[in-house]
Amino acid sequence: MAFSAGTRRKADIYRKLPLTIPPKLRFFFEETGNISRFTGRFFTEGFKPRFEFQEFLRQCFLIGNKSLSLVGLTAFILGLVLTIQLRPPLLRYGVEFELPYIVADSVIREIGPVITALIFAGKIGSGIGAELGSMKVTEQIDAMEVSGTNPFKYLVVTRVLATSLMLPLLVILSCSISLMGAFIGYNIKGHISVELFFGQIFQWLPFSAIIPSLIKTVFFGFAVGMVGCYRGYHSTKGTEGVGRAANATVVISSFMIFLIDLVAVQITDMLGFTS
Amino acid sequence: MTETTTILRENPTVAIQETVIRISGVKKSFGQNLVLNGFNLDLHKGENIVVLGKSGSGKSVLIKCIIGLLRPDEGEILVFGQNVTELNHDELDQVRARVGFLFQSNALYDSMTVRENLEFPMRRHWIKLSQQEANEMVLEALDNVGLAHTVDMMPIELSGGMRKRIALARTLILKPEIILYDEPTTGLDPITGKEISDLMVELQAKYQTSSLIISHDMKCVERTADKIAVLIDGKCHALDSFDGLKASADPVIKQFFE
Repeated sequence: MAFSAGTRRKADIYRKLPLTIPPKLRFFFEETGNISRFTGRFFTEGFKPRFEFQEFLRQCFLIGNKSLSLVGLTAFILGLVLTIQLRPPLLRYGVEFELPYIVADSVIREIGPVITALIFAGKIGSGIGAELGSMKVTEQIDAMEVSGTNPFKYLVVTRVLATSLMLPLLVILSCSISLMGAFIGYNIKGHISVELFFGQIFQWLPFSAIIPSLIKTVFFGFAVGMVGCYRGYHSTKGTEGVGRAANATVVISSFMIFLIDLVAVQITDMLGFTS
Repeated sequence: MTETTTILRENPTVAIQETVIRISGVKKSFGQNLVLNGFNLDLHKGENIVVLGKSGSGKSVLIKCIIGLLRPDEGEILVFGQNVTELNHDELDQVRARVGFLFQSNALYDSMTVRENLEFPMRRHWIKLSQQEANEMVLEALDNVGLAHTVDMMPIELSGGMRKRIALARTLILKPEIILYDEPTTGLDPITGKEISDLMVELQAKYQTSSLIISHDMKCVERTADKIAVLIDGKCHALDSFDGLKASADPVIKQFFE
């Protein structure tokens, strides 16, 4: 007998236990359990050879390149709009000279990472969910497995690592572009030189403000990649399932981004990075 | 490798016939749905066996168990003498390198060209392969299916029949000793279906492969089968030649030929 009766009994218990709680709550717990196991598999399989380095580089290029223009454009608009909107209240209190620092602080600590991560979830996360979902329903993942490839390593590990690495880089880029947008926004109704604008920012903004921002974006990227891969990898019900995988990826990733942000702000506050 | 052999005791003059796949007492269920219920079958070297059954009878589940994509609940599946249900990932890969699998949906990688699709299994199984060698093997495989001109095309640019041929070329590129076909003619028009069936027979003769073919297309079955295993209620209900089953008085078997 290839598989013991004990293994099957455990599976039966796993299926029967949640029946005692409401279906929606059961589904929530099952999904949480499944995604936790999926994440655990990432850590157990992801760091064992064979490493799919070429595919990882290809994913880094695709993920970074695909989001570059959208992230850049939205970041520019974000910096510009934020500056224009913050100007009147600061003028009212007579602290207009603080505008560059206040915009930079908001963008670098919170708005830049979160907005970039949300755009990233919409563009890249949904793409990963749909791509893997489509591969699943058309048996491409099975084909990969019979071709001597571990599809989890080739598809999941490479994408999750790529999103974890590329999102912080995109956030650095988006924050830089936002500050340029802010500089232009300031000069629409006022006048400030580049040296003075950035001088004021870096006079008050400590370098330590950037570090927690970048660390949390690694987790944002990890969450987006992991949720996209999980939903795509477990996609069912044909083309309808592919659409649902893409949609669920955006919804769950966006929620995860805010959740991670909440935890991150508590930790950075405790460690004294917020001042 | 331990080779499993079957001695044809009825006729001692017949040489020992190598069994390449032995399926014994395989059971597989999904929830309460018992799909395979003690299925037994032997595939010998050079033989083509078609597994015939209704839609949803567990034919695809059976060959996915053979290649290790699904794990049976009970029973053993010996491929070249190795029990695939007990192999680790690396051992399973070694067995898979000798077994080709043609998927029902072709499973061509959408993001890759035809060349990359064909190179993929080669590069994964034989890591040290020069580009020159890879090119030669790709072109030979495409020549076999008459589609050498599609080498740089994307799968989306090909017709259903062409995609099936490319999938067949990818299956054959590693020169497998066994080929598992999952509904090879489903979704194709009768003419293309006949072409694919003929191609399967032609390539089987050329490369001396053994085949296990899942189908309910009786024209394909007639062209390709040496023997037919009828899968009913999760078991091998009957095993005989096409003509033998066609002449059967069993009402369940008759349904397939009417």
